[in-house]
This record gives sequence, structure tokens and C-alpha cells, in this order.
Amino acid sequence: MYVAVKGGERAIQNAHAWLAEERRGPTDIAELGITQIREQLSLAVNRVMAEGSLYDPDLAALAIKQARGDLIEAIFLIRAYRTTLPRFGASEPVDTGIMACDRRISATFKDLPGGQVLGPTFDYTHRLLDFKLAADGEAPNAPSREPETGNVPHVTEFLNREGLIEEVPHDDTPPPDLTREPLEMPADRALRLQALTRADEGFTLGLAYSTQRGYGRNHAFVGELRIGSVPVEMDIPELGFSVEIGEVILTECETVNQFTGSKTEPPQFTRGYGLVFGQTERKAISMALVDRALRWEELGEDNVGAPAQDAEFVLYHADNIQATGFLEHIKLPHYVDFQSELELVRKLRHEAGAQQVQEAAE
Amino acid sequence: MKDTVSEINPRKDWMGLMAKAPQGRVAALLDAEISRPAFTWLRAPELGSTMVRAGATGAAFNLGEMTITRCALTLDTGEVGHSYIQGRQKADAEAAALVDALMQTEMASRLRETVLKPLQAEMVTAKAARAAKAAATKVDFFTMTRGED
Repeated sequence: MYVAVKGGERAIQNAHAWLAEERRGPTDIAELGITQIREQLSLAVNRVMAEGSLYDPDLAALAIKQARGDLIEAIFLIRAYRTTLPRFGASEPVDTGIMACDRRISATFKDLPGGQVLGPTFDYTHRLLDFKLAADGEAPNAPSREPETGNVPHVTEFLNREGLIEEVPHDDTPPPDLTREPLEMPADRALRLQALTRADEGFTLGLAYSTQRGYGRNHAFVGELRIGSVPVEMDIPELGFSVEIGEVILTECETVNQFTGSKTEPPQFTRGYGLVFGQTERKAISMALVDRALRWEELGEDNVGAPAQDAEFVLYHADNIQATGFLEHIKLPHYVDFQSELELVRKLRHEAGAQQVQEAAE
Repeated sequence: MKDTVSEINPRKDWMGLMAKAPQGRVAALLDAEISRPAFTWLRAPELGSTMVRAGATGAAFNLGEMTITRCALTLDTGEVGHSYIQGRQKADAEAAALVDALMQTEMASRLRETVLKPLQAEMVTAKAARAAKAAATKVDFFTMTRGED
């Protein structure tokens, strides 16, 4: 138990004033603008939108500025703001098949319709610090080439044609929503995917890595990774039809995993699925691996006791705002709690001491 | 899965086009062409969110929300305009709802030429530029002749 303590108002006010001053930093250095953050730190913005669970690049950029670059603090700000917004409805399921792809690669097929499109990737860079960026340079210019037209097909469709990958029946029933109902176990796949797409990137990455190292191994291939924009369409009741209300950039990862078959299913490939707001490919791949690990029960695989197979462990610890809230509250005043602990330890020591004295006397 | 056929519902098209327009663009095109007519709010611009659903593979799930702005108005001549647009942009929502209402009047063909077509063209150009950059990063594999015949 911790109790409200009066006092300290002036110290708190002054601390916040100093925070504001430190946030701004030396005034002889130009102030960072929201649009600069949005356009030049866009992957940080993407992470804040994904884990803040609200797609709005301007707000995410503002949150990053306010949080002095502490992304979890920024996510906290976005989550808090989100709760103030009335919800006007839910969109139709977005169709990643019509995505305008900036990037689309497959690790399983070299030659495939639509091709391997690398996009603006860090892959194949040498990870050497580029000191030219520290100096004012000319704006770089990317080359262009005549694009192909038409939609880029999903890689898993090819496997599906041969029946080599599990069928996933399409289902548009309204999914459960953990922002409306508390997350309870057992969680179905829709609920797990919602929790994973807003989960902490580091935690999800660590769990995914653990499956690769053998804790619930399910050998994943990246069947396909695609990044690009898709339209969002929503039914407007007062109009009686649906309209596109905007566009979001998404990262989608479909993994293809070994599966030796079960009593009811022939040997075939199975799927792990990751879909995340923004250009967030490490997170999307991680999500797909963890999704696949959590499917052990429905696929009739053994529970080897791996952390990534334990839905309760994964889902109840993946949210960095919940985790931060509980973790950081222990730094707030616990004077009364601690006072009682102190009394208890003193009493026990006193009793133990008295007993020793008595034993020595005997 | 979803209805992307355009001919049957032009209103759906122009509303979608304005929802995706860059900030301030609809208002700029509209104001360059006409002075705004009088109208009454049916619903003043308000900010809110939409839950974006995913569902490409298997069961649909909730991906996260996006901010949107909506409003509805009626012209003095009776036409009702609606708008639902991405982001927190009350002024843009107002301009989009006005165009939506005016597109139901005899102004329609004029606004189609001066507002909707330029918007559409700008969007196509922006998308094409991005697609062309992506295309330039497409891998062209070539086969090496190997020694053993």
C-alpha cells in the first residue's frame, strides 16, 4: 500500500520547469520541429504509432519531442491521448493484397511475380558511421524506373495453390478488442494478434529470437515481407455505403514454417503472421514468429514449456505501458509500507537476538 | 472482399479522394475557384478515431486506431455534405464536406474539373513517383554459367 503524501508541490513544479528547460536544451541550438521529427525520424514515429496503437504521424512526432526521445514515454502519451478520442467506428478489414508496395521481398522464392523489391532498406548497408550526415550535405536523390502496374500477389497464395500450406478460412466476424474488454485467457488468435501488434518491440524480438534458438523451435522462413500503403475503408451509416477515410502504411510478414503433420492434417507448411503500423519490419517478423509459437495447441504440437508458447506469459508481459506503469510505481513514495517492513525486521532481529542470549545462558 | 468498383458510386470516389488529400489542399483548390456558399452545420467538425481492422489471412483482428475528423453540413439550397477524413484536420473536413454538398448541385461539373481532377492527378503523380523509386530497387537476377557444362 502507498498513501497520498501532501507536500512537495513547489519541488514538483520546479522539477517540471527544469524538465521543460532540459527538453529544449541550449537555446543557441535550433529547436527541433514536429515536421522534422515526422519526416526525418520516421522509424521512431512508426514505432510510437504501432505500440501507441494510434496511427497519426503528427501526434507521434509531437509525443517524441515531448518525451525527449524516450519512445516508451512517447507511447505512453499516445495511449493516454487515444483514450480521449470518441470512436466513430471500425474499418473494413484492410486488404494488403492491394498494397502499394515500397518493399516486398521473399526469402523462400527467388523468382516470383512482382519480384524482389528492396525498398528503402538498411539491409546490405555496411553499418559504418556516415560522417557526411554530420555535415550539411546536398539532398540525396533516389533513382527511378518504370514501375509494373497491378497488384503484387501474396507469396503464400502460390503454396496454397498446391495445398502445401495450411488453409486459413476467411472470417469477418467482429474480433474481440482488448481496448474495450480486459485481456483474458484463453485468448483466441485475433486477440493474440491485437496484443502482439501493439506489444513492445524489444520484448517481442527477444521472444522471437528465443524460438529460433530452440525454446519452442518452429523453424520459420520469411515467405514474404511487404511494406507499403493500403487504403482504409469504413462504413458510414448516415450514407449507407462505405468510403475510404485515409491510407496507412503497414508492414506485413508471413512466415512459412515446417510442420510434420498431425492425426488430422497431412505434412504441410504452417503460417505465422505479423502486421504492424508503419515501416516496422523487425517488429513484424518478430510478431510472426511469436504468433506461430503460440499456435502450438491448435496445431497439435508439443508444449515444451518454452516462454514463447505460454500465451499468458507472453500476452501479460508484452505491453510496455502496463509493464512501465507497474515497474516504475515502485519508485514513488512507499514510506508507510517500508515503515512496517522496518518494524517487522527489527522485531525479528530482536527476537532472534533474545533467543541467542537465552541459548548462550543455557 | 471489398468494393473498389468506381463507376457505380462516384460520391464514394470523391469522398475517398478528399479523405486522402494532403493537408489544406482541398480548401486551396476550392477557394481558388469559388467563394464559399452559406451553410449550416448538421454536425460541427469533431475529432475521433476509427479502429483499423486487419484480415488478409484468416480471422479479422483489431490492428489499432487511426485519427479521423468528420462533419456534416447543409447548404441553404438543401444539399447535405458529409466528410470523414484522416487525421485531425477540422478545416480540411469542412472543405471536403462543402465540396461533397456542392457536387450535388449544378456546380458539380465545374468542381469536378477544378477540384477533384487536380486532386486525383496529384495523387497519381505522387504514387507513381514512389512506385518508380521502388521499381528501381527491384533485383534483376542473372544466371552465371557454371563450369560443369
